Amino acid sequence: MIYGLTLLFITLSGFAQMPIFKRYYIADIPGLGWLAKFYITHSLHYIMASVLLALGGYAVTRLAVSGKGLSSLTFWGRAKGAIILGLVISGAIMVVRNLPGIHFSHMAIYVMNLTHLGLCMALLAVSAFTLVARKPWMH
Amino acid sequence: MSKTMSRRAFLKGSLSAAGVAAGSLPLAKAAQAAAADAVEPLVTVIDISKCVGCEECVYACRESNAEKFPEPEKPFPRMYPDRVPVQDWSDRREVTDRLTPYNWLFIQHASAEVDGEEMELTIPRRCMHCNNPPCVKLCPWGAAKQEANGLSRIDSDICLGGSKCKAVCPWDVPQRQTGVGLYLDILPSLAGNGVMYKCDRCYQKLEKGEQPACIEACPEEVQTIGPRSEMVELAKKRAKEMNGYLYGLAENGGTNTIYISPVPFDRLTFETGKGKPHMKPVKDKMAQGSNLARAMVIAPIAGAAAAFGKYYKRIKEDRS
Repeated sequence: MIYGLTLLFITLSGFAQMPIFKRYYIADIPGLGWLAKFYITHSLHYIMASVLLALGGYAVTRLAVSGKGLSSLTFWGRAKGAIILGLVISGAIMVVRNLPGIHFSHMAIYVMNLTHLGLCMALLAVSAFTLVARKPWMH
Repeated sequence: MSKTMSRRAFLKGSLSAAGVAAGSLPLAKAAQAAAADAVEPLVTVIDISKCVGCEECVYACRESNAEKFPEPEKPFPRMYPDRVPVQDWSDRREVTDRLTPYNWLFIQHASAEVDGEEMELTIPRRCMHCNNPPCVKLCPWGAAKQEANGLSRIDSDICLGGSKCKAVCPWDVPQRQTGVGLYLDILPSLAGNGVMYKCDRCYQKLEKGEQPACIEACPEEVQTIGPRSEMVELAKKRAKEMNGYLYGLAENGGTNTIYISPVPFDRLTFETGKGKPHMKPVKDKMAQGSNLARAMVIAPIAGAAAAFGKYYKRIKEDRS
């Protein structure tokens, strides 16, 4: 439940980093005006990323102390875990990039943005598939 | 302090601006590399008490950057939905009284009442080149970048013209030209709307160890450019000498442009609006994100501690 809501809001606030919600009238829908406010969606994306990291820390520690480790994860569980790890790494690089006094090359910024977006699309696709096909995270 | 900064300082800034190839590096290494390459940013001090409004800087800027100006293809693609505005300045290139895609610097005419007398001031206005520029940091495509020497610029080959940089800029500086750029090759009717343009501090001249055109052309030596620490000291000294006021030192967390005025900025009256930036106090727009970034470091540790606590509790219960 917490993971699902986190995924929903982190995806919404992530897509809101692109100027699309106002253009396509989505921000005109009552209650969704915040989607066109870039500083709000930026902060929300960071907050949701923190929640996702906390959930990740919780899940990884549970796997570690259970003694089973990665062997308890299904193929699709591992796939989603790997994509989330990629999102965390690329996202963390962009968070560092956003701090004052940090300068990355044009190409590095461009590659990180596209990687983050690509992994997000992959996670959405795999999550949709595992939801419909009832593929669990763990054995 | 002379108007001319040393060639060495320029070259140092320009070489560092060659960038950090962080794309394939792990996070820590990338951050280290970025920090190691950091040099003192170049700051411009603009003493508006010296400006006579001759517009030499405006025309020098246009001449120096003419090759970067957009040459849009017409007719423009039909935009969907219809609310997407076409912004075309290509037939109004001669406009010099505001910021446009063809005019990256303009003279703002201000007045103020000092001791019962009306005072006229002219202010060269362009991108402030923020210390932590929201236009660069929040660009969703990576079309904007900041170099180690403090300048921020938009890559016209990558920009899709979504105008987010303008929306997040405290002074609404970047200006859009429709009908040019990458969007024409992707989904011209459905995504993007041209390219955003703004002052890039004549990076092509900085790379050669030269000064930005506006500074070079000014007959009144209104602007001085140099390393941040020296320029901050200079700005404070000059302000003290004239009992003046500073703008840009703290705005948006600090910018690489510092204005000195003989009258308080909140007493200056001038036309603001589209392409005509204000001079009001501006809070650090990126500060909240930087604070939340700290929470991100703690979050996985908190999650791990929660899981470990739960595990420890269970073990304890099993033993009792």
